[in-house]
Amino acid sequence: MELITQLLVAAVSSGTPLLIATLGGILIERSGIIQLGAEGLMLMGAVIACITYLNTGSLGITIAATFAISAVLGVIHAFLCVTLRANQIVSGLAMTLFGAGLSAYLGKSIAGQPVTGAVPKLDLPWLEPIPVVGSMFAHLDLFTWLSFLLVIGMHLYIHRTSWGLHLRAIGDNPPTADVMGLRVQTLRYSYVIAGSMLIGLAGADMLLVYSPTWIEGLTAGRGWIAVALIIFARWNPVRALFCAYFFGALDTLGFRIQLIGSDIPSYFLKMIPYIVTILVLMFLGWRNRNKPSGAPEALGSPYIREQRF
Amino acid sequence: MSEMYSVVMNQIVKRFGPVIANDHVDFRAKTGEIHALLGENGVGKSTMMCMLSGVYRPTSGEIVLHGKPVHIRSPKDAMKLGIGMVFQNFRLVPNMTAAENIVLGEASSFWRGPNWIKRKQEEVEALARHFGLGFPVNRPIWQLSVGEQQRVEIVKTLYRGADLIILDEPTSVLTPVEAEQLFETLYQMKAEGKTVILTTHKLKEVMASSDRISVMRKGKLTHTLDKADTNERELARLMVGKEMAVAKSLESHSPGKPLLIVEKLDVYADHGRKALNQLELRVNEGEIVGVAGVAGNGQSELAEVLTGLRAWRKGSIRFNGGELHNGSVRGAIEAGIAHVPENRMKSGLAGSLGAVDNLLFKTYRTKERSRFGFLRTSANRAWTQSLIEQFDVKTPSVDAPVRQLSGGNQQKLLFAREIHQDPLLMVAVHPTQGLDVGASEGVHQLLARMRGEGKGVLLISEDLDEVMQLSDRILVIYNGQMVGELARGEASREQIGMYMAGLRESGEEQAV
Repeated sequence: MELITQLLVAAVSSGTPLLIATLGGILIERSGIIQLGAEGLMLMGAVIACITYLNTGSLGITIAATFAISAVLGVIHAFLCVTLRANQIVSGLAMTLFGAGLSAYLGKSIAGQPVTGAVPKLDLPWLEPIPVVGSMFAHLDLFTWLSFLLVIGMHLYIHRTSWGLHLRAIGDNPPTADVMGLRVQTLRYSYVIAGSMLIGLAGADMLLVYSPTWIEGLTAGRGWIAVALIIFARWNPVRALFCAYFFGALDTLGFRIQLIGSDIPSYFLKMIPYIVTILVLMFLGWRNRNKPSGAPEALGSPYIREQRF
Repeated sequence: MSEMYSVVMNQIVKRFGPVIANDHVDFRAKTGEIHALLGENGVGKSTMMCMLSGVYRPTSGEIVLHGKPVHIRSPKDAMKLGIGMVFQNFRLVPNMTAAENIVLGEASSFWRGPNWIKRKQEEVEALARHFGLGFPVNRPIWQLSVGEQQRVEIVKTLYRGADLIILDEPTSVLTPVEAEQLFETLYQMKAEGKTVILTTHKLKEVMASSDRISVMRKGKLTHTLDKADTNERELARLMVGKEMAVAKSLESHSPGKPLLIVEKLDVYADHGRKALNQLELRVNEGEIVGVAGVAGNGQSELAEVLTGLRAWRKGSIRFNGGELHNGSVRGAIEAGIAHVPENRMKSGLAGSLGAVDNLLFKTYRTKERSRFGFLRTSANRAWTQSLIEQFDVKTPSVDAPVRQLSGGNQQKLLFAREIHQDPLLMVAVHPTQGLDVGASEGVHQLLARMRGEGKGVLLISEDLDEVMQLSDRILVIYNGQMVGELARGEASREQIGMYMAGLRESGEEQAV
């Protein structure tokens, strides 16, 4: 029992940044724009959060700064992909490389400085009596609760509201959305910006809660895992939650094995999530080979109204 | 005077770069009429209608709606003005249900709980029933037949309160029976005071359904006539610009020995759907076999399997006395099967390459065309020149990208490549799709000549007239099976239409 609870706690705390980033990615990709810049956005979110918090000590300002910088990056991605109709994959890769470089530069002065107590924990002692999960839910931090709300909110938004219907329409079939009177380009801009802000927040969460010291390349490929999670979750926020915690658990597994004191070199243990990523991709690809992927049908294709058919 | 007209389009010009699609067109449709916009493919009918529905903006010209000049900048504007359009390639989101597609643009009510959806479904159903348009409202679009999808499109325009409804080539995807039903719906719309514009190139439909007719030719609107004052013959002349030869059926002759024998063929499409189910087919030498059917009943897969592009799961294909290799394109080419694919620019020709390269695609291995793996450039150019002359392909030069050629010339080039191979069997899929009357005739002559030379031709087409005119035997494909076989002369449109809809002569739905 104890072990399951421990593993759950670890999975949730390491899975939350992945979850938030995946949700942001889902929002962007549902609108038909490929998002490969998650790694860069998370790094930028993390470094900005670290700098702001060390200088101001205010969580509110920190979140606002993170949102601002990732929104700017989102605008750039949207401008390239929606307005200029540039290659979305190249734009995403550029975002990743740019974010990695700039965050390393900005973070030089603050590297190694610990950030503590930035995100308050919500103590809810009345949850304790629930078996297995109770003690976990009783001491979660603000961002984790926020991510739960995001999952539920996004699920309802996508499937139960008119705006969600619009979001699905512009990602699946922009010409149809257009003749139905939706502003495809404006909506795509909004979703790329909103999603980028969430991914930036994921970076901030990673730094403020999970690994509270800035080091260069802090995210260590978690942005890419988030990109893969979007596909595993088949663009569905609820599935994203389970996928993210699954990978969060794998992430901590290596760490645990090390603690037990096994002879396996730590480099191999750190590979576990990535090897599993490859294996799961292969397995899912094989199992779903005859099924549609669930991807928005117009994913990756820019829309121009007067293009001749 | 202008009150009579619900739409007046004055001196409309639309350019796409250097191409003029519409050249000072004046178009008028009266309130409460069914107005047909008649013309061949590519004369600019759809472009005109897209400008009314806000998809394109005119380069110059004026649009007057109910006596008031309007600027239609976007589909949203058009919608507000009460204009709705049913596009030829439907504008529907395949993963959403019919009801969701219909209410998509609606701005009211942010929250869409189960109650809301149920209420809307009832509303949509009532509207559909009122106009005699039945379809399942809560199934996703991709599960609906093409005919049902069109009904969803029509209900969508009605739901949004359109009083001017444009239908772009509405019957091209329908069986004859479905087309009849569509016209009934249009009459009812007219009776309720709505204006209906339909674009088409089919004369029979124009005469059957419309009140007035505008004829377009080469980007210009040449005539507007009352149906009562004209006839099919005159319309054909106006549309083509010359007296159209009455399509003659080929003389019947007795075919030779069996060339292609397909037995109990099972083929699966992408996503694991069964596309061909125990299909039986025979083509003899010197015979054109026509395959009619509504799109998506296995025609594409049949063509792909015969030309090696798709593997079959069960059954056998015997060709010219031997077995055909399963799923080998090169095997099919070497056995003597030629292919004119359904989308010539997708799987027939490489658009950015010139005529020489495109003609070489199937012959580059031969001694005449290459030596030690190097292409014989000057010999190939001369060879291309001679083929181009022989097949009368009009191109600025042998190196001009074939994308720039007209559809008819592209198709001639494709035929040149395929016939040059001296094939035993030609698999031609929609060979005249998108071609004007003259070019279609040329294609028909090529197919007839192949038949005369004792080759087999499998003609897969959605154009019933074409199939009936050319084929020695007509097979009707439905749900991956040949459900009907009719010999030349004994086939009637009605009968083929019944088979196409999956109905046996008794009129009962066939158990599949």
